Parts: sequence; structure tokens; C-alpha cells
Amino acid sequence: MEKRPDRSVYARKALKDLGTSIYNQLDVAKFPEVMIPSRQTNNIYYDPKLEQYVLGSKRVVRSADNIKHVKPLAQLLWVARIGKELIDYDRVSTLRDLFYMSKNIDINFVTQQESDEAVYDLEALLSMPRESFNIFPHDRGAIFGDLTVRYRVKGFKDSLINLTDNPDGVNIGPALDNAELVKTTADKVIAIEKGAIFIQMIREKVHEKFNAILIDTTGQASRSARLLIRRLNEELGLPVYILTDCDVWGAHISMVIISGSVNSAHITGLNTPSAKWLGFWPTDINRYKVPTMKMKELDWKRLAELKADPRYKEKFWKEQLDAFERLGLKAELEAFSSKNKSVSQTFLVETYIPDKLKELGAI
Amino acid sequence: MSEQFQELNVADFFYKNKDLVGFDSPHKATYMIVRELVENSLDACDGHKILPDVRVTLSKVEGAGTEERYHIKIVDNGIGVPLEAVPFAFGKVLFGSKYSMRQNRGTFGLGGKMSLLYGQITANSRITITTSQGGGKIYTFEISTDIRTNTPVIHRREEADNKSHFRGVKIEFDFEGDYGKARDKIIEYFYETAMVLPYAQLTFIDPNGSLLFYPRITQKMPNPPLETLPHPHGVDLEMLKRMIMVNPHTSLQVFLSKNFQRVGERTARAFLRSNGFDPHVEVSELNTKQLTKLVTALREYPDFLPPDPSCLSPIGDELLKEGIRRLLSPEHIVVTTRPPRAYEGNPFIVEVGIAYGGAIAPPDKPGKVQLYRFANKIPLLYDEYSDVAMSVIQSINWNQYKIKLDEVPLAFITHVCSTKVPYKTAGKEYVAARPEVEKELELAIKQAARELRVRLSKMEKAEYKERRTEVLRKYLSMMASFSTFLAEKNKEPNIDALFKEGIIKKHRKAELVEDSSSGDLVDETKSEDDKAEGGESESEE
Repeated sequence: MEKRPDRSVYARKALKDLGTSIYNQLDVAKFPEVMIPSRQTNNIYYDPKLEQYVLGSKRVVRSADNIKHVKPLAQLLWVARIGKELIDYDRVSTLRDLFYMSKNIDINFVTQQESDEAVYDLEALLSMPRESFNIFPHDRGAIFGDLTVRYRVKGFKDSLINLTDNPDGVNIGPALDNAELVKTTADKVIAIEKGAIFIQMIREKVHEKFNAILIDTTGQASRSARLLIRRLNEELGLPVYILTDCDVWGAHISMVIISGSVNSAHITGLNTPSAKWLGFWPTDINRYKVPTMKMKELDWKRLAELKADPRYKEKFWKEQLDAFERLGLKAELEAFSSKNKSVSQTFLVETYIPDKLKELGAI
Repeated sequence: MSEQFQELNVADFFYKNKDLVGFDSPHKATYMIVRELVENSLDACDGHKILPDVRVTLSKVEGAGTEERYHIKIVDNGIGVPLEAVPFAFGKVLFGSKYSMRQNRGTFGLGGKMSLLYGQITANSRITITTSQGGGKIYTFEISTDIRTNTPVIHRREEADNKSHFRGVKIEFDFEGDYGKARDKIIEYFYETAMVLPYAQLTFIDPNGSLLFYPRITQKMPNPPLETLPHPHGVDLEMLKRMIMVNPHTSLQVFLSKNFQRVGERTARAFLRSNGFDPHVEVSELNTKQLTKLVTALREYPDFLPPDPSCLSPIGDELLKEGIRRLLSPEHIVVTTRPPRAYEGNPFIVEVGIAYGGAIAPPDKPGKVQLYRFANKIPLLYDEYSDVAMSVIQSINWNQYKIKLDEVPLAFITHVCSTKVPYKTAGKEYVAARPEVEKELELAIKQAARELRVRLSKMEKAEYKERRTEVLRKYLSMMASFSTFLAEKNKEPNIDALFKEGIIKKHRKAELVEDSSSGDLVDETKSEDDKAEGGESESEE
């Protein structure tokens, strides 16, 4: 089990190195420049070893003696400065917040798109997610289960918190993001696409029944959620299982947790290659005979896109996509409720999940 | 056709058709009278290499009938008129009998005589002329024209000692007009005349007592045009008949070689042989049919050399620039003079100036072009949008010169000088679209536009450099501050060293790839409607 140190230590060092490099160049009367990995699509590759998209070797030179570069370079350094301040003062910000903050300095972000780009550039330059320098998305996703964490946030330092304390689960926010994962009795993670089912499973004590930590991804998992899942897997050695609707969108929610996203190709360490799609698979439709719906035009379009994606070349995933294509059907997790004997005994928890966990060799 | 009948017809003709030559209303007549007299005076000066000094005084004659009546007095320092020529020069409307070619403002001074005639018709005014050629005597005449017979009537004639060594002509008479309406055009006329004649001194005192004065700003003046014989390509039947009338008893070959430029004995012989004319026939024996054939042959014979341009007097680059600079005060002036060309045996030269910036304002509405047109150094003030120069300017693709015609402060100055300017109308208001003239104007304007582009590029480069330094300095000083904070240093690096001369490099090409993060790979943010929130959206609301 590998403990992850406070990542703000790394972030602060990286920011200091960047600042020193610029400072030293200026100090010898040289127009400063940086080389940023290109985030252009022709520089994004699928790395089968890392099982995620990564940036290739192309670099963009941002030089201060180029009139087109000098502003973006100053903007990049401004974001870096804000990042250092956020770390120093233990504050958090968001992309939107950052854009508004820029208004009190003549740094000329015309649109939020532009300030977002500066943040992405800094991420790519430092090879760090922006969460490292305290720029967070809005909280999305929640966690529940026997996991004890130690926060590093000011005012909560050294307090140990168990994540079963809150019956609605705990938001996956900035504090949890950088918290130390201390101990757990769970032996697996189950990530669920839908908040309603996550709450339902807490009430049904799924965490106890299957000795699992439950995570609500609320659709596509946020980067914080993906990072937390990765850390649970990497630091605590817990296998990860993902439960989604039976459609191409659910399949892709699993895939992004497993192999990362194109948008985050400039950041490694957010994906969990060993995670498994627990269900609901299209190949399960005939087995369980639940109500289904016909795939719509958008589903077919998405299916075609996924079939062309290198992440789906693996046998298992090919089979699942072929099954969608063959059946032309989709189904929701709630469809299992059609088989419930009573409100307290749900087919999903009583039958489907154990079946699938067995099938994947988890129990 | 007798000469008597001819002369009578001319005076009568102008009297009955005064609208054709621009005297169609009191205010137009006022403008025309000033203009025609000034032009005659200027011809009497710069046509003889005299630096012109022309003074015009226009005053109102009170209580004289229902129409407004004016008294004009114009004094010039030209060569003056010989004593014996005065009655005919001012009291008789006639064509010149000498056929030669030379660039002049007026053709045979007809407009000037029309002015005098107009005064006589409307105000029953006699004309007072005082002139001297600079000798010991000065002469004063009071004359009028007998319109029916087209003969001068001398009412008074005086001779005095020329104590003040006056040389030139002074003319005075009354006419009915309308200065109120003519004022703007007259002032514009002096203004534009001063633009092309920086070597002239022009004075105008108007009926309100206002003084308009353009001093001479240079002693340099263009060489006066030389008189040359007509070119055979420009001949017409009427002209040929008149020339024969003067020299009736010469052989055709001698007639041609004596009366036309570019025609020597050998050329005349070759021409006559190739067109089947008898070189020894006496010209007065040729009948109209033969003459018509001769005219056609002369006009079309390809082996005459092009017309001699020494009969032209362009303004010249330097004087044109000086004139433009004085009156428009632009930031840049480019001028172009084209080599002489000819149309129908008439040599012509096109000169063009383009003035940019400075006191020049951009067009106040799209499609408007600030254009000053001149023909034989006369400003053309009417029908601007019918002029060939305007259509040429509008047909040019200005994007080619990175000039936005509707936005940029530009003024165009065009000058066409010729022994026969191809005016579209008798009123001499605009130049017709003769292909040869049109082409030269186009070439001249394009050449000037190219030069202007070079100038503007230089200016833009300098501006760009300055602006660039400003932008670099702004962001670099930010970088200095940010990097000091990030590097946890106490003192900011000094960025001034970066802006010392020679350190700023040219725009670098070191960009390895264009930076853009838009992608055509699977887009993670697309999502089914009911899962829209579930998209792996990285933007925060």
C-alpha cells in the first residue's frame, strides 16, 4: 500500500521551478520562453501500456519576444501565480472564479475559454491536474463506506473522519481530493452512475453486504472522482467495479474511469486501468429479461464513434459493442425493479450485483 | 462659303447658344466670366515664361435695373497685346487663321470673348482695355462688338506714357450675374488653380470685400509649350480646307511637308504613293471627294511618327507636389508623370498625384472620392462623377494596395494636358473616356498607388514596431512580477535591458506546431439528453 504525500508539495515545487526558470531568463536579458506539450489532436495518442490517451512529443514554444505569444505566456504565469497563492493560503477556486479574478488585473482574458486554455496549458506544462494547484470543478459525485481519511485542509488538519458518518455519503470535493487515505475494511469499490441508486444502495447496506466502498459518479465521473477511484485502487489496493445503465453512454462512463478521456490526455494518473465494468451489459439483457428500449439515433451515432475508438479494441469491449449493435436495445438499472418482490428486497442488490461480482471473480 | 459669312455666324452663334458654352444662368455666367478671363491672363503669362500675377476685383453696381449687376476688373502681368491687335483681339469673335498646335487653356480664346459679349448683351456694357507690352506707351481702348457684322467698334482710344512700366492687360466691364450662388465655385476655382500653379500669384476681391490671396510660393515654372504643326492623324476636313485656303497654290506633296509635323518630303512622297495621290497636283484643285479621301488616308496612315510632345507643358512632379502640399497639407504625396502618348494625332501627358493623411479627411460617406481634376492646368469643377478619372479610380481594385477607399484619408489629383483635351461637352467640365487617355490615367494612378503602398508600409512598420514594444513591455513587466513571486525572490528582474536597441529580434518562426486544443477525437462531453449533466464536462458553470 502506497501512501500519497500531500500533493501541494509537488505543486509548489513545480510552480517555483517554473517561476525560477522565467526569472533567470529575464535576469540575463533574455526573452523568456517555455515549451508546452501540444494539446492539439495530432499530438494525442492512445498509449496501450498506460491504457489511456497521452500527449505525444510535440511541443509548442511560447516565447515572450513573439507578439502572439507574449500575452498567453503572461496569462499562463498569472494562473501559476494564482495557483501558488491558492496553495499558500489554502484556498480553492474554480475555472469560472479564476476568469472573474482576472478582471482586476489587466491580463485581458476576453472569454472564459481563454482563461480555461491558460489553465490547461499550465496543467500540460507541469504535468499536473489543476486540482494540484487548488482549481477545482464544482463538487460532483459522492462516496460512502468504511474509509477513514485524514484531511489536510486548514482547520481540519489531523482530524480522522470515517466516511460512513454521513447517511447521504460525502461529497467528493477539494478537501477529500487531497486527503490522506488512512484505513479501510472494505475490499472493493463499487462506482455507480446514478445518485438515486447510490442512495438506495446505502439504505440497503450494500457496503456491508459486499464489503465495498460505494461511489456515486453522477454520470461521467469528474476528475476528482476519477482521481479518488484511482487512489483507492492504487493506494489501498481495492479492485474497482462500475455499475451503469445498459447503453453506450454507460459503457463509456466505465471506459473513461478505466482509460481516461481525450480532454485529459495531458494529465496522467487519473485513470484506473484495472477497473471493471460490472454491468449492466447488453449481453445481460437476454439473461435477465427486463424491460428494454430501442436504441435511438443518438445512441447509434455514439456506438459508431465508440467502435472507431482505440480504447474499445479489446475483446470484451468489442463483444459488448457488437451486442448493442446486434440487439439495438438499451435498458436502465431501474429496469431490475420490475423483478422486485418487495420494496425492501430489490432484485438489483439481491440477485444482479452478486451474480455479476461472482462472474468477475470478486466474491 | 465666304469668310464674312463665317465670322458673322460665329458671333451670332455664340449669342444664340450661350448655354452651350456654360453661360446658361446668371450664376453660371458669373463663374464662367471670372474663369475665362483668368485663364486668358494665365495663358498670356506662363505661355511666355512669365511668373503670373493675376488680380480680379468683382464689385456690385448698385441701382442698375432689376437684375444684379457686377463690375469686373482683371489685371495681369502677361505679355500684353500689340496696339494694332487690340480691337480684333477683344472686339471680334473669330477663329485663328494660323493652324498650329500648342497646349493652351482656352481654344482660340473663344471663352474670353464670350465673356465680353455677355457683358455687352446683358448690361449694355462697353469694354475698357488697358494694355502695354512694357514699352514707353500705355494704351486704353473702349470698344464693343457689332454682333450683326462681327466687327469691333472703337468708342474711345487713349495713349499715355507708361510711367509705371506696366506690362500686361487690364480689362473692365459690367455684366448681369449672381455672385451669391457663384461664390463657392469661384473660390473653389481659385483654390484649385493655386494647387497646380504654385508659381502664380492670384488675388481675388469679391463683391463683399473679402480678399482671397494665394501668394507665389516658388519661382520655378514649367517650360512653356512650343508651337508645332498639326499632326496628320489629327486632321479633319474643315481644318484641311482652311489650310488649303491659306496655301492654295502649292503642290500636294509640298503642302503636306510644309504644314504637318512628322511629314518631310520623303514621308509625304511615300504616303502619297501608297495612297494613290498625285504628288504634283495643286491643292486648290482637289474636290471635296478627293479631300475626304485625303483626310481618311492621313488619319489612318500608320507610318507617321507619333506626335511631337514639345507642344505640351505638364506641371511636373516637383511643382505638383508643392501645390498639393500647400493646399492639402497631407502626410504623404506621391506623384507620377506618364510619358507622352497620343490619340488621333493629339499628343497628351497624364500626371497624377495621390495625397494621404495629414489635413485630409477620410470620406464622409462610402463611395465618395476626393478628386481634383485638371485639364491643361484648368480645374474642372462640374460633373465630377462623369469624368474618366473618377471611373478609373472606381474601377481599380484598391485591396491590391491595401487601401480601403471608403475609410482612408486620400485625395487624388489628375492632370491631363493635351493640344486637344477630349472634353465631353463644350462647357469643358469633364474629360471623356477616350481609351488612350483612360489607359494612361489607370497606369498613372496605379503607379502612384504602388508608391503610396510602399510609403504606408514603411509607416505601418514603424507604428507596428512601436506598438509591439509597448505590448511586449506591458506583458514582460507582468512576467517579471509573477516570476519573482513564484520563484520566491525579493527583487524583480530588470526588463529594460531587453528593450535596448538590437535585442528585439524579428518575429520568430520557432513555433513547432500551431497551438490549439480543439479535437476531432471522440468527444467526451457529448451525451444523451437525460444524461447531459453526466457528460465528462470540464467546464464549470
